[in-house]
Amino acid sequence: METAIHTSEAKTNYLNADYSIKSWLLTTDHKRIAILYLISITLFFFLGGLFAMLIRLELLTPAGDLVLDDTYNKLFTMHGIVMIFLFLIPSVPSVFGNFLVPMMVGAKDLAFPKLNLASWYIFMAGACFILYSILTGGVDTGWTFYTPYSTTYSNTNVITAGLGVFIIGFSSILTGLNFIVTVHRMRAPGLTWSRLPLFIWAHYATSVIMVLGTPVLAITLVLVVLERLFHFGIFDAKMGGDPLLFQHLFWFYSHPAVYIMILPSMGVITEVIACFSRKRIFGYNFVAMSSIGIAVLGFLVWAHHMFVAGISTYAALIFSLLSFFVAIPSAVKVFNWTATLYKGSITFETPMLYAFAFIGLFTIGGLTGIFLASIGVDLHVHDTYFVVAHFHYIMVGGGVTGFMCALHFWWPKITGKMYPEAFAKLSAIMVFIGFNLTFFPQFLLGYLGMPRRYHAYPPEFQVLNVLSTAGASILAVGFLMPMIYFAWSLQYGKDAGPNPYRAAGLEWMTASPPPTFNFAETPEVTWEAYNYDQIDAPDHGIDKGVEVAG
Amino acid sequence: MWSNLPLFPARASNMAGHVDALYFFLVALAAFFTCLISALILFFAIRYRKGRSPQATQVHGSTVLELMWTGIPLAIVMVIFVWSSVIFFMQTRPPKDSMEIYTVAKQWMWKFQHTEGQREINELHVPAGRDVRMIMTSQDVIHSFFVPAFRVKADVLPGRYTTTWFHATVPGHYHLFCSQYCGTQHSEMVGEVIVMDPADYDRWAAGGVDGSLASAGEKSFQQYGCSMCHRSDVAGRGPNLVGLFGKPVLLDDGRAITADESYVRESILNPGAKVVSGFKNIMPTFQGQLSEEEIVGLVAYVKALGNGTANLPLPVSQPNSGDYPVAPKAEPSAVKSDQAAAPAEKPTQPTPVNPAAKQ
Repeated sequence: METAIHTSEAKTNYLNADYSIKSWLLTTDHKRIAILYLISITLFFFLGGLFAMLIRLELLTPAGDLVLDDTYNKLFTMHGIVMIFLFLIPSVPSVFGNFLVPMMVGAKDLAFPKLNLASWYIFMAGACFILYSILTGGVDTGWTFYTPYSTTYSNTNVITAGLGVFIIGFSSILTGLNFIVTVHRMRAPGLTWSRLPLFIWAHYATSVIMVLGTPVLAITLVLVVLERLFHFGIFDAKMGGDPLLFQHLFWFYSHPAVYIMILPSMGVITEVIACFSRKRIFGYNFVAMSSIGIAVLGFLVWAHHMFVAGISTYAALIFSLLSFFVAIPSAVKVFNWTATLYKGSITFETPMLYAFAFIGLFTIGGLTGIFLASIGVDLHVHDTYFVVAHFHYIMVGGGVTGFMCALHFWWPKITGKMYPEAFAKLSAIMVFIGFNLTFFPQFLLGYLGMPRRYHAYPPEFQVLNVLSTAGASILAVGFLMPMIYFAWSLQYGKDAGPNPYRAAGLEWMTASPPPTFNFAETPEVTWEAYNYDQIDAPDHGIDKGVEVAG
Repeated sequence: MWSNLPLFPARASNMAGHVDALYFFLVALAAFFTCLISALILFFAIRYRKGRSPQATQVHGSTVLELMWTGIPLAIVMVIFVWSSVIFFMQTRPPKDSMEIYTVAKQWMWKFQHTEGQREINELHVPAGRDVRMIMTSQDVIHSFFVPAFRVKADVLPGRYTTTWFHATVPGHYHLFCSQYCGTQHSEMVGEVIVMDPADYDRWAAGGVDGSLASAGEKSFQQYGCSMCHRSDVAGRGPNLVGLFGKPVLLDDGRAITADESYVRESILNPGAKVVSGFKNIMPTFQGQLSEEEIVGLVAYVKALGNGTANLPLPVSQPNSGDYPVAPKAEPSAVKSDQAAAPAEKPTQPTPVNPAAKQ
């Protein structure tokens, strides 16, 4: 009798509690909102990817022969806007942060569930503006909206796109606020700051950036819109404005935004490496503090985007120095992840492959950042494909790889089903190879001097561009495969059980998929983070955790 | 196609070697750390795979190691910072006696004006073995002057002058790119830098020219009535421009600034911004009335007045330096430097500006 009750309880979870459309659109469950985000940003990822493929096809030949120059300019602009504002910035925080932050701190939901739902609607409203601007002709300013081109010279839909990004900013701010308050106020009994998973530390640092940085971008874009509509003369030199002022304001947000895209992924792979090497993270305090260090230093380096823009020599020197400093906390993380493997008991499930890929690609991305912080070299490679390669190593090699890592690692928790491991490994390897083939040649192109955002290019750059396009095709297949096997797994995947990886962390101590309020009773934490020694101890029994969930 | 696969850009300036040296060091460093991390991961992954290491040994951390991998990278990047800053100073400080070429960028072309009077579009002839300083402005949006073979790049902004310089070493033809996205034909805003032997360059520069850039400026100076007020006698309502360029100027708010290209440009377009001490703010603005090329001509003319290679068009009485508030102890050698590049003696007779080159 008692068993029967348990089974029926276990079958009610956040997914099957109510099937109506209304229950999804009006949900305040952080897990359902995470699913809403996951579906939306996946669509945007493939939209941005479509633009990327068209760009790569155009660059297959030196002549601008596939699309018109104006079309090409719109393609790279919309690729940037969609990928950054509609995919990368919400990716890990809004999907996995939303799903996991309350579970990892042992809470029933985020601090402000309705605000959380509002932030998805605000995000979608902003996305509608951007989609509208794309469907009615597109934007051609580059995702950077540089003035006075964007305010005075472009004949495209700058206003709707700018307003879209402005609106999405509020979604970011609300999500950040929600995480900060949740981490401060809703931790389970016994879950002290030093017992928090490093995923939480990473999201906490990210949230601080979102809350402090996003308003500056929002204000800047409003100024662009106002200048375009009413000729305020803030940025256009002809009206007495200063085009460099725009760049200062824009990069004050948009450099820290890079850390919004990478820090959450760093949190993801920290969890994954600990799990699949069965070890506590090496140097927990240093990894936690390096997240905070990155968030703080990240606000002090924006003008390294402007070394050739006409800023003073001494301003350039100071920003160069500070940019070198920001390399240090990133290096600390890489070394600590590597050291975590030492004396581990390592297995190679798909998330771990993605974590290895992340470390390698992020290391290359970070080290090439040193090239760009060195003003002497930056003067040559600035605004060339070297920069394009560098930031794709960070944002795709780091950010998207981290997202894929998270998707595989927590898919069993989110859906209760296992994905097919062999296909997943194959796609991880294809992503790694395709990515390197796409973007490594671009470092060479950049040092050769090929400027970015070129629709046509001198013929001697063709071979490297062909390699890059070939790599992009492999990368595209690598990203499409998971769509298929994840969809397949929903129907045919093995049941995952509460904790298929025997992972540490409160989110694994409840059913998969979790019940609506996550835990039957609030867990009480008596252990340190990453207590793999206890989990793997013969007397521990992983089921002990499930008992907590009831 | 395969025969055409360069992996390294041509080196055609004295800066290329410096930039490449640091670049190679950084490549070596990046390769070392990438290999180190990859090797460690591979080694640990094989040595501590579950089959061989069924039970993990917990290691919580090591402050010594943390300090090491904080301190060593910090030391390395500080070395790089100093090295790259030294190169940066070389890149941004043109030698004093550089020849000057004025650049006006617009969607989507490069217009160059040599002080000798040659004008060219999307082609830039420069001599090998001489220092060349580019004084650049844009008529519309932001562009960027980029010559990969010289390892030189500088954004070109509307509303102000930016400068860069290079010292070409190897004669030949090199790419000139606009590297700051500027609209529809951004990728067509390309040109060629033609580095010539100095003797060839001098012949080229002297050939078929109607008059120097400064003489074109002198014509504008008369045409727009500047000469009515900017006189060299005490009766002038505006400051005397003879001997002005490159000298410190005392302003009516007590500041002292150096009269450089940007100051002259600003004073033409926004005369009230920096009024010379002792003068009234009565000059009208010429914003919107002068093209960037005409302004460049005027700047070149004021510069020529500054070093005595041109004269004011009015009959000049005894030059009265007390009339113009030049700060004491002005360094005369500072202005002498332009003599090499500026046209020595040019006919004061105004010559029509080539209308084709104006566009």
